[in-house]
Amino acid sequence: MPLASFILRRLLQLIPTLIFILIVVFVLVRLLPGDPTSAILGDRALDADVERINRELGLDRSLLVQFGVFVESVFTGDLGRSISLKVPVTELIAQRLPITMLLTAMAALIALVMAVPLAFWAALQRGRAADAVIRGAFQIGLSMPVFYIGLILLTVFGAKLGWFPVGGYGDGFIEHVHHLFLPALTLAFSLSAIIMRNLRSAIIGVVDAEYVQFARAKGISSRLILLRHVLRNALISTVALFGLSIGTLLGGAVITETVFAVPGAGRLMVDSIYGRDYPVVQGLTIALAVLVSVTFLLTDLFQAWLDPRVAR
Amino acid sequence: MRAVLDVRNLTTRFSTPTGALVAVNDVSFSLREREILGLVGESGSGKSVTLRSLIRLLPSIASQSGEVIWQGHDILKMSPKEVRAVRGGQISMIFQEPTTALNPVLPIGLQIDENLRAHTTLSHRERLNRARELMDLVGIPEAARRLAEYPHQFSGGMKQRAMIAIALASNPRLLLADEPTTALDVTIQDQILKLILDLRDELAMSVIFVTHDLGVVAATCDRMAVMYAGRIVETGTIADVFARPMHAYTRGLLGSVPRVGTERSPLMSIEGTPPGLSSIPRGCAFHPRCDFATNVCRVSQPVTETVEPEHDVACHNSLAVLEAGSPVQ
Repeated sequence: MPLASFILRRLLQLIPTLIFILIVVFVLVRLLPGDPTSAILGDRALDADVERINRELGLDRSLLVQFGVFVESVFTGDLGRSISLKVPVTELIAQRLPITMLLTAMAALIALVMAVPLAFWAALQRGRAADAVIRGAFQIGLSMPVFYIGLILLTVFGAKLGWFPVGGYGDGFIEHVHHLFLPALTLAFSLSAIIMRNLRSAIIGVVDAEYVQFARAKGISSRLILLRHVLRNALISTVALFGLSIGTLLGGAVITETVFAVPGAGRLMVDSIYGRDYPVVQGLTIALAVLVSVTFLLTDLFQAWLDPRVAR
Repeated sequence: MRAVLDVRNLTTRFSTPTGALVAVNDVSFSLREREILGLVGESGSGKSVTLRSLIRLLPSIASQSGEVIWQGHDILKMSPKEVRAVRGGQISMIFQEPTTALNPVLPIGLQIDENLRAHTTLSHRERLNRARELMDLVGIPEAARRLAEYPHQFSGGMKQRAMIAIALASNPRLLLADEPTTALDVTIQDQILKLILDLRDELAMSVIFVTHDLGVVAATCDRMAVMYAGRIVETGTIADVFARPMHAYTRGLLGSVPRVGTERSPLMSIEGTPPGLSSIPRGCAFHPRCDFATNVCRVSQPVTETVEPEHDVACHNSLAVLEAGSPVQ
């Protein structure tokens, strides 16, 4: 089975990726200006205290040893404790990351719901008024900064109309979805613009393909031709782009969560960087990197399902 | 024998930003049961568009006029639903490039099944059996296994066989073949030609065979129609047209085919290139390239005349061409 061996190969590729992520995170955190000891003790710390804290944190040992300790603890599920919040980092991540994941998933879903039908419509009306209007509207979506779209939505649908809460996360899944709708919509704008443009041109590239003509010559329905022959082939390149965009979306969540006061991983990341809370920054970076890797993996698998030539 | 297909004054225009282009101009011909008609001409002569016009397989910028009478009904007047029932059901088409004409992401079995679902009421199991039968019919070994495979797992010749299997799925009465052997190796070409001939006999189909290869026409077709600049300029049986060409263009085409076993003589070639659709000359479109052209050719479009039984030609100087004799011995 080529697909099974493809999945196995792709899973094995995750291992070097993860090792690379650990090295980068370890080095990056140590390249950041400032250090945890002075963050804990403040500017006027005594040398003796600095030495003690350095020893407690293991910062007096060589970098190689520090890295070894780091890798070992990561693999035993220990990402250290937050310096400012005094709780295990894993606990913080378990609290905050699902919020960002839900936000990202909602944004991705909204983007698809907006982009796919309109891409179809624009492609089939290519060169006519509807095409120009759709592309123009999405161009605006693409060129406006995320925080600005967020503020407009917040003012209109949150403050003025009161349809959605202006911040927070709420209790229970329904409440979560309600609270996250505006931030997700904000994030979805730029993504849907990218997806729409890409899918539109992919559809235009496919719609005149010989195999679509051959499918028409078979006398099958237009709906079947569009869904099975046009959309499926057009999606192959768009799926790759969509997967890559998820990474950007997670980054965009940082700004959106700040604007909408959503207590997600993005907010936690910003707060931790300001507070020089290195264990949290480190742990979150690893968690996000793993999340992105898994997203790419799923994207590849979906692509292999769409296009059997990928799994060869 | 009665005609299964009667094409009358078929004209296909494409509206483009720079004006209307006439790709098929006032084309008329008929096709009998079990007959193989060769549609011959250079690239851009309108032979492929003519073929696609018959089942209205054209982009949205195309408009058509004339009549395509299929079993008593004019295809050009049918509703989209009625056209779909004809396409793939009664009239099937195979394309030039099997590599681009088969959907790369769908298994061959599914691509056969689509046709069966659209045109038959067979159950799932029956359709599967029919698909296997079709694979056997077109000579693809290990049918059951290969149905689950994708086009990239097939060789060029096998892909063309698979495309023929798809086209034949619902027992069409007419097969439209658009240069089906051009993209294949010579040895594979012969196999596919033989397959089409066998299938014509076995399934009692008629075939319209578009090609620029006169060797293929001579080997497979019963009659031929020669196209130039969107018009049919000469129609006749293979024997008549090869032995007694009456249009200067046909004569030129025949002279440009190299032959084995005859005395070595320089190949004739037709000077110049065929006109683009936007700049078709006045009068007879062929006159700038024609050795027989006279003044009348420059001003008036020749009408199609039946000069001999079953031998039609649209040339002002057909008798002069006839007298010059065929370059083929």
